[in-house]
Amino acid sequence: MAKYPTEPLKCWPKAKELRNKFYKNFEHAHDTGGVRVMGSAWALDAVPMGLGRDVYWVTGEPYGASCAFDRPFSAECMDAAESYGFSRDLCAYMRNYWGSIILNKYAFGGSFPKADFAYSQHICCSHAKWYQNACELEGGDVPLYAIDVGAGAYPPFEPEMYQHRVKYVADQMLDSIEWMEKITGRTYNDELFFEACWNDIRSTHTWAKVCMLNRAVPAPLDEKSIYSLYVFGTLQKSNGDFADFYEELLEEVEDRVKRGVASVGNEQARVMSDTQPPWGFLKIYRYLETWGVVSIGSLYTFGLEGMWLYDEENNEFKPRPMPTEKAKTREEACMMLADWHLSKPEYQHYYHPEYKTKMMDAIAKNWKVDGIILHYNRGCEGLSVGIAENRLGLLERGNKVMTYEGNMGDEREFDLGAVQMRFDIFLESLGLKKPEE
Amino acid sequence: MIEKFQEWHENRHEYQKEWKRRTGNKIVGYFCTYIPEEIFYAADILPVRILGSHEPQDVTEPHIFGMFCPFCRDVLAQGLKGKYNYLDGITLAQSCLHLRQAFTSWDLHKNPGWSYFLPMPNHVQSKRAVPFLIEEYKLLIKKVEELAGKKITDDDLRRGIDIMNNVRRVMKEIYEFRKEDSPPITGTEAMYMACAQFFTDAREFLPVAEEVKKELETRKLDRDPGKRIMLVGSENDDIEYIAMIETLGERESVGCTVVIEEHCTTTRYFWDEVDTSIDDPLTAIAERYVSRTPCPSKDWPQRTRLQRILQLAKDFKVDGAIVIQQKFCDPHETDIPFVRKFLEDNGIPTYFLEFDVTVAAGPFAIRTEAFLETLEAEEDLF
Repeated sequence: MAKYPTEPLKCWPKAKELRNKFYKNFEHAHDTGGVRVMGSAWALDAVPMGLGRDVYWVTGEPYGASCAFDRPFSAECMDAAESYGFSRDLCAYMRNYWGSIILNKYAFGGSFPKADFAYSQHICCSHAKWYQNACELEGGDVPLYAIDVGAGAYPPFEPEMYQHRVKYVADQMLDSIEWMEKITGRTYNDELFFEACWNDIRSTHTWAKVCMLNRAVPAPLDEKSIYSLYVFGTLQKSNGDFADFYEELLEEVEDRVKRGVASVGNEQARVMSDTQPPWGFLKIYRYLETWGVVSIGSLYTFGLEGMWLYDEENNEFKPRPMPTEKAKTREEACMMLADWHLSKPEYQHYYHPEYKTKMMDAIAKNWKVDGIILHYNRGCEGLSVGIAENRLGLLERGNKVMTYEGNMGDEREFDLGAVQMRFDIFLESLGLKKPEE
Repeated sequence: MIEKFQEWHENRHEYQKEWKRRTGNKIVGYFCTYIPEEIFYAADILPVRILGSHEPQDVTEPHIFGMFCPFCRDVLAQGLKGKYNYLDGITLAQSCLHLRQAFTSWDLHKNPGWSYFLPMPNHVQSKRAVPFLIEEYKLLIKKVEELAGKKITDDDLRRGIDIMNNVRRVMKEIYEFRKEDSPPITGTEAMYMACAQFFTDAREFLPVAEEVKKELETRKLDRDPGKRIMLVGSENDDIEYIAMIETLGERESVGCTVVIEEHCTTTRYFWDEVDTSIDDPLTAIAERYVSRTPCPSKDWPQRTRLQRILQLAKDFKVDGAIVIQQKFCDPHETDIPFVRKFLEDNGIPTYFLEFDVTVAAGPFAIRTEAFLETLEAEEDLF
């Protein structure tokens, strides 16, 4: 029985429309002489936007997740990638993406639109290699630029943010501008870049503020819905329409909190997750809801495209304040963007699992979480790195933790029945009763 | 003298403990070859690489999720089991995420009191990599000085460079013998020698290697070298496998000799020297690590490894290449289809093998034997 009022999100149709438009824009970019860019969801996507207002992106991670949601199509992609010689334990998004190119099939219909260039970043072993291979699979004539963001952890996990680390990332951005001018023949417009840079900061800051609202009981958002909303940061965080959308969303969620509107009407317990979900089996979140359990989010959904700072002294996790003023020069904009992105929570665990454990524990405590569900995700080396130590660290800090093994994008590595049984046991251990059939 | 390498390989812990007793100096264990050993030698600290034990283990399951490579789990297992309790520190340079887990778990559960992660740049093809790395080296040096209890001067760094360059040079000179039609050193012996570099003081390794070089000038092996094989791929110190395939010829199979490898245990580790004509020693060291034969995780946007692999294949006149990969090694998995295609397009047949901590000797022997037979067979049956 529902304890709290609930209602659908008013902005839901707009979210769908924006997402569809994004993928169509990439597909049709060439119809009007526009530029197609492919790259990682973590790419500093503001930088290519200085080439013009007709630059359109496709980002590999949400694209790979979209393929995974369509299981028969994903199976075709996996087959194609593995037949080419790629190992089946590589990143599942990557195999979906490469498979799409090999099959020449776009997940949203028609043939796979060939990008004009690839613009990515590199922190896990695969990021730059993903697009190196995608360029090769496209025939070898798609140029690639990737920015190494593996420049070290951000304070408080390092004593200070050494300026040479920020400069290393910023300088690569500056070099990439010259490179893009050369390969596209376009003149770079700094004003457009400054605008995109600010949109990036605005959207990633606003997203964090939206997630903060999920501290409320009842939670105004559940994680299955959050997946459909956080995606704009992964599609293109520098997109002005997306930054505006997040501001609208923030207002709506604030209103839900004020009115006590719940996402899960019978909220009895709160869990948090970790890493990407098995995209083809999001129904596991609906299964949790039958127990009265809301998944309030995760470091992944909060911090992949949201900017936060961890406060070690108070075990707090709060949105990183926006810079006080916009950048005025190209160099300033690159430094600002580099510093902003190096503080990304989802970059920190690459340096030590302890950093992630601390942030996760802060979320667990401040978002009033009863239990933590870790997805040992065989599909993503980058976000599963250190996850076993996170489990140990969270247990040590008094959290209740369960794990399940699966794959975000390869349905062959997910067992729905077995995972639901593990959920049953864990939820019973939290004192919940299995709902009657 | 050549047996000395095997002795060092098999008794690495005894050697290192004895070294520590004898010199009174400290030892730091490192996990990946992007660590600048020059800086540790400059501080009179012995850098030793932690390689696999090739023993089945059951201690890493709570610490590393099973989809990460068996090598990183094997490395961590040795730390957790206390085999390296005599270390004074541990360090890792940014390379693959797999080894990072071995390092961070070791740091969490067996920290010897000093540990350091070096953000070695990934974008080594960028002109920004060297200046960045120099600044990182300055931070590393401060930490190393704390451990050593002494300042590191430019002269110390030059001494460290000489120590490492001397060994690199003699290794390459010894590898030259493997180009001969009947190499006087087997792949098994070469792998013992390559790995012994990681376990010993380079100043003690050097005279032995020099002696071996002299021996090889007149050494004749009483064996048919058979097919000339190249090993290409991820971390590999699987001597048992190499010994197995090099003895296939003794059992009425097509025989072979491993004449060259492209691994981070072998040529990727020692092939490139520090350019001593560069005035500033820190710049010279940074230039060397940025421009060395890269791990695939750093080999982008251009895949420069391919030309270097091909050059080795040509120089060592190989008949075929066995592409070896530690199971789950993402960096190599992203390169392997292209490495194989490139070699085959250049007339070098390839065969792929995925390795774990222990080698399944029977199946691996059969598979390798079959590959060697294809090298022997007529090209077109009909």
